[in-house]
Amino acid sequence: MAQIFKPNANAIIRVSIITGILLIIGIILTMVAIYRSTYYTEVGVAKAQSVPFSHKHHVSELKIDCRYCHATVERAAFAGIPTTDTCMSCHSQIWLNSPLLETVRESYRTGEPVQWSRIYDLPDFVYFNHSIHVNKGVGCNVCHGQVDQMQLVSQAQPLYMGWCLDCHRNPEQYVRPREEVFNMEWAPPENQLEMGRRLVQEYEIKVENLSDCYICHR
Amino acid sequence: MAKMQEPRHHRSFSITRLIRYGWVALSLLLVACHVDMYDQPRYEPYEYSAFFADGRSSRPPIPNTVAVGQFQDDPHFLTGMIDDQFATTLPFPLTADVMERGRQQYNAFCMSCHGLVGDGDGLIAQRGPLVVTSFHSERLRNVEVGYIFDVITNGLGRMYSHAARIPPEDRWAITAYVRALQLSQDATLDDLSPEERERLVGTESEEQ
Ligand code: HEC
Ligand code: HEC
Ligand code: HEC
Ligand code: HEC
Ligand code: HEC
Ligand code: HEC
Repeated sequence: MAQIFKPNANAIIRVSIITGILLIIGIILTMVAIYRSTYYTEVGVAKAQSVPFSHKHHVSELKIDCRYCHATVERAAFAGIPTTDTCMSCHSQIWLNSPLLETVRESYRTGEPVQWSRIYDLPDFVYFNHSIHVNKGVGCNVCHGQVDQMQLVSQAQPLYMGWCLDCHRNPEQYVRPREEVFNMEWAPPENQLEMGRRLVQEYEIKVENLSDCYICHR
Repeated sequence: MAKMQEPRHHRSFSITRLIRYGWVALSLLLVACHVDMYDQPRYEPYEYSAFFADGRSSRPPIPNTVAVGQFQDDPHFLTGMIDDQFATTLPFPLTADVMERGRQQYNAFCMSCHGLVGDGDGLIAQRGPLVVTSFHSERLRNVEVGYIFDVITNGLGRMYSHAARIPPEDRWAITAYVRALQLSQDATLDDLSPEERERLVGTESEEQ
């Protein structure tokens, strides 16, 4: 009977075991790299918008409150994206002839909504609600970063589950007095932990079951 | 030891090769995209829809209909009118909480045009060309609260309606706060209690 293994079989086996292991490690490393890269997380990547709307201009220079445009953020799960009417409440008088605003004016004439590209988007199997966070003293800039300094909005962090849980396990690291939620300049004071613990009690934040799966996956 | 060279057996070689390298393809299958749960067949608020001709998944209400649970039969609360006359009272009792809510909402929705105390000199008005009315005129001090509520609800002239963004109870809270601004800017020394007058006059003389 002919030999099943040829003399070079040992070498082939060795090489293929080693390349196999290297390949597996390689694939895992590439997947981790992709998972962490801005290509996947989109952190800091601004998207083109149909109107070059600048938060820096409207929020930090004109001091317009977030709620003027994101009007349902205190009341609903969805923060709200401004309607054409909201822009026109000023731009029917201001910068009337600017070509940058042509899309907005056309939308006002025709009733077709302006289309914006979404920046923050959780997977559909995660439930999120703005109103509870805003009413329990979690500020916009904890999650969205310094939007007031952005010309075009980009993600401030990648919305990993671990990031949500980090706060849900120890909210005292982040909570602030309710009236400071919309203040983009607010920075944690030195006694943040002490104040945070007091506020967690005062706002009756139920830390015990805040990291249960059903809170976010319902 | 004799080494025997066998001619290559093509078929079995390609099968072993398949088995040897097949796992690469297999593992690629295992990490295959699972976007079906990431993007489930339902709409998020305002998401684009290919189904409706105008591309909107959030459908505008059909004219002359009222959504279930949205019907409210209280013209005073909703329009600021009682029997076609502007109401002179709030539809609910005025408390410190209502006033505080009014202050927050005024600062969010009105301050950029009307200014911190309602002089009509907010940042937007200062940049022009929008000219904004001051609340501190004889005429506006004497209008009914229902009228102020009506201006917020339906807009007036160059000022747009705020009804879509501010729910009625908050519009009433703002109305109360506007009234408070008018009173505070029109106050005289005689409106203060003796202690308050003492404090005010005291600081004034210190400054001089
Ligand atoms: C004058 C109106 C206006 C004001 C005021 C405003 N925004 Fe926005 N915001 C918009 C518009 C329009 C968009 C959509 C276009 C874009 O993403 O830039 C937007 C988008 C966003 C997004 C990204 C939403 C997405 O697509 O996921 C965030 C986050 C945001 N705003 C936060 C804030 C915060 C925080 C404030 C207050 C500090 C604020 N905005 C004030 C108009 C406004
Ligand atoms: C409260 C008033 C107000 C609202 C509401 C408002 N804007 Fe503006 N916007 C301004 C003013 C004031 C300017 C700047 C004029 C100047 O620079 O003198 C401006 C400038 C702009 C510019 C010019 C580009 C730039 O950054 O200088 C664009 C584009 C613009 N706005 C888009 C929008 C859009 C889109 C909306 C609705 C989501 C909106 N604005 C809502 C007041 C407003
Ligand atoms: C606890 C973190 C957190 C806080 C605090 C927070 N946001 Fe968000 N925001 C998110 C997440 C997560 C999303 C994406 C939601 C989704 O995809 O369903 C989002 C989405 C948005 C959007 C897009 C529309 C939407 O609702 O999906 C806007 C606009 C926005 N946020 C504005 C604000 C403003 C203004 C504030 C402050 C008043 C704020 N956010 C506070 C986490 C936060
Ligand atoms: C910086 C802190 C912080 C971050 C980050 C955060 N949360 Fe929260 N979350 C809170 C607090 C505080 C509450 C209020 C809990 C309470 O009142 O018991 C809350 C409540 C909630 C609730 C409502 C719980 C209930 O009882 O109904 C949901 C849902 C939720 N968070 C989802 C998320 C998701 C999803 C993320 C990540 C995208 C996230 N949160 C990130 C602080 C945070
Ligand atoms: C505070 C909110 C929150 C809680 C509590 C939470 N999750 Fe998540 N979970 C998320 C978010 C946000 C994501 C999406 C992360 C991403 O897109 O990378 C996620 C993703 C996942 C995924 C990944 C799904 C996939 O296909 O990528 C699994 C599995 C999961 N969660 C299981 C759990 C389990 C089990 C628990 C309870 C021990 C739990 N989660 C509790 C917010 C939460
Ligand atoms: C975009 C700028 C802008 C905003 C925001 C705004 N207003 Fe006005 N408001 C105006 C202008 C402009 C006028 C003058 C209207 C006219 O006579 O054409 C006016 C007029 C008024 C008047 C006087 C009506 C009269 O009879 O003369 C009242 C009262 C008023 N506003 C209340 C409010 C309240 C309350 C808010 C907040 C909910 C608000 N406004 C928000 C621009 C604004």
